[in-house]
Amino acid sequence: MSQDTLFDKVWDLHKVTSLSGGSDQIFIGLHLIHEVTSPQAFGALKDRNLKVKFPDRTVATVDHIVPTDNQSRPFKDNLAEQMIETLENNCSEHKIKFFNIGSGNQGIVHVVAPELGLTQPGMTIACGDSHTSTHGAFGSIAFGIGTSQVRDVLATQTIAMNKLKVRQIWCDNKLSKGVYAKDLVLHIINELGVKAGVGFAYEFAGPAIDELSMEERMTICNMSIEGGARCGYINPDEKTFSYIKNKLCAPKNENWDKAVTWWKSLKSEDDSIFDDVIKLDASNVEPTVTWGITPGQSISINQKIPFLDDLSPNDKLVAREAYEYMSFKPGQLIKDTPVDVCFIGSCTNGRISDLRVAAEVLKDKKVSKNVKAFVVPGSEKVATKAKQEGIDKVFKDSGFQWREPGCSMCLAMNSDKLIGNQVSASSSNRNFKGRQGSPTGRTLLMSPAMVAAAAINGKVSDVREFIN
Amino acid sequence: MKSDFTPPFGKISKINGQCISLIGNDIDTDRIIPARFLKCVNFDSLGESVFEDDRKTLNGSHPFDLEENKNASILVVNSNFGCGSSREHAPQALMRWGIKAIIGESFADIFYSNCIAIGIPCFTLPKKSLEEMQNYCDNQFLFLEIDLKKSLAKSKDYNFNLEIKESSRKMFLSGEWDATSTLLENKNLIENKFNQLPYVEFNTNLS
Repeated sequence: MSQDTLFDKVWDLHKVTSLSGGSDQIFIGLHLIHEVTSPQAFGALKDRNLKVKFPDRTVATVDHIVPTDNQSRPFKDNLAEQMIETLENNCSEHKIKFFNIGSGNQGIVHVVAPELGLTQPGMTIACGDSHTSTHGAFGSIAFGIGTSQVRDVLATQTIAMNKLKVRQIWCDNKLSKGVYAKDLVLHIINELGVKAGVGFAYEFAGPAIDELSMEERMTICNMSIEGGARCGYINPDEKTFSYIKNKLCAPKNENWDKAVTWWKSLKSEDDSIFDDVIKLDASNVEPTVTWGITPGQSISINQKIPFLDDLSPNDKLVAREAYEYMSFKPGQLIKDTPVDVCFIGSCTNGRISDLRVAAEVLKDKKVSKNVKAFVVPGSEKVATKAKQEGIDKVFKDSGFQWREPGCSMCLAMNSDKLIGNQVSASSSNRNFKGRQGSPTGRTLLMSPAMVAAAAINGKVSDVREFIN
Repeated sequence: MKSDFTPPFGKISKINGQCISLIGNDIDTDRIIPARFLKCVNFDSLGESVFEDDRKTLNGSHPFDLEENKNASILVVNSNFGCGSSREHAPQALMRWGIKAIIGESFADIFYSNCIAIGIPCFTLPKKSLEEMQNYCDNQFLFLEIDLKKSLAKSKDYNFNLEIKESSRKMFLSGEWDATSTLLENKNLIENKFNQLPYVEFNTNLS
């Protein structure tokens, strides 16, 4: 059993009591809500005549269903309009802070909370969304919950949960040029498998992780869940503190020093005990692309789609399904696969640094005429910053459509969808069957820089050929 | 889909029913209920849309469309079932179709806790026993009587020793799987905990 890791310290701090069945009652320091997984929870409160226990510890925004072309109200989609109205009413009735469209702070919930300084080390953070693991980049313990647990957090600010085991994933050396956090996390998921993380929290550590910016760290923690780990985190350091400093909700004045002192005490120790430790060499990672229907089915840009015989017995069943669904043949190169749609955005890769990297590739280039390309900033703040830097113009000049913030085609709950069996090059996190809005649509996950390269060539390309 | 849906309530100690086998590893919650069906403010109509895209693709031959499975209530799956999105809409859709318990090789964490929270026990079996169970299901009707006290599933030909997390088993037997009231009982402890948290005094600038 793990001891003295950041996970242990934060878990123990938030443990209210042990429950009779053997699980723990855990206090949730920050609860984030959005329009899709909260309405039924508020409904359940009403049914049981309960109130929100700590309204100040819940913060809302709207992201999943928002249109990215025309955001004027009422939305064209009646159901989407009904969902945003329900959230508006629930927040106003229960006095919950809501960052609505036009507030300057709306966006994908996992982009917004860090940029507001809401996400801080040492907190427990829960949200009815599996990518809540993103916030672990700050040394918080953050995980996705379902709607019944959203109800429990609203009613009690706590949930019942079994303590997770802790696996440290130690990444040596550093990433080479043209290789990004997205490639590293896809590589990790491929190495360990999509269910290795079940029952675990992942601690990402080592020189390659220390080297990453906060936004890159968020990309890594964001995809912990794709490796089966409900929670992923990174020990806080000076980069973490300087990212948070001066943000709207960051500790101020004398509280800042107190906070930093406390945050520094949280990190895992040299002699902390982990339930498991995995080591890998980040310098071996190459630009990585998924070829199948799970985020674990990925290869390096110059590799071939694996033959069944190359795979472990457990992976064969899904590989067979993937060949058929993707219409790919084993032994085929992933490079030069034609793409129809290029999407840059999502809670994985919709931050300003993602847009900067993609824009650098796109500068003075044109999107292939066979490709529909669009970029969806992760938040209103990201969009504003991009405009200040002229990045929106680089995208538009290249032929990308510049859209309004939201989750968009990561899960296609708005009108941004693949059509038929189109192939998308996507900076998002899931290549599941039907994920991007068409029951036969095909998704290739990659870094934003790789999506930009694919957009220019109209086919999967090695971004290292575009950068010096 | 059953029209007379009533959600489970109180203690759950026995589940009897016909099994329905669904073969495949890593079946994600987007497949269980595609995102377009999440545009709703209640769960009521999800049952008919469970596995919508997979069922359309298989054009009537999906296990959830077969006449002989229409009264089934125990779902038998493979490994990492329910991975991906945290949407509780997935187990809600299964439950509204008629599923009362799930037996599998392994389950994704968030899916598992969602099932517990809405009263669907999830049991595990080793790969080999599970495949035997699925083979049996594919050839003839398999009716199981699941006893949560003993973690045992009995059929006319076989007995299976099921595994379930001890905390979940106890919650079903005591009726505490519906956690809100149990959590609320500790309201003084919750207040104390809140007051002890170092970060509560940091100005969060939200009010």
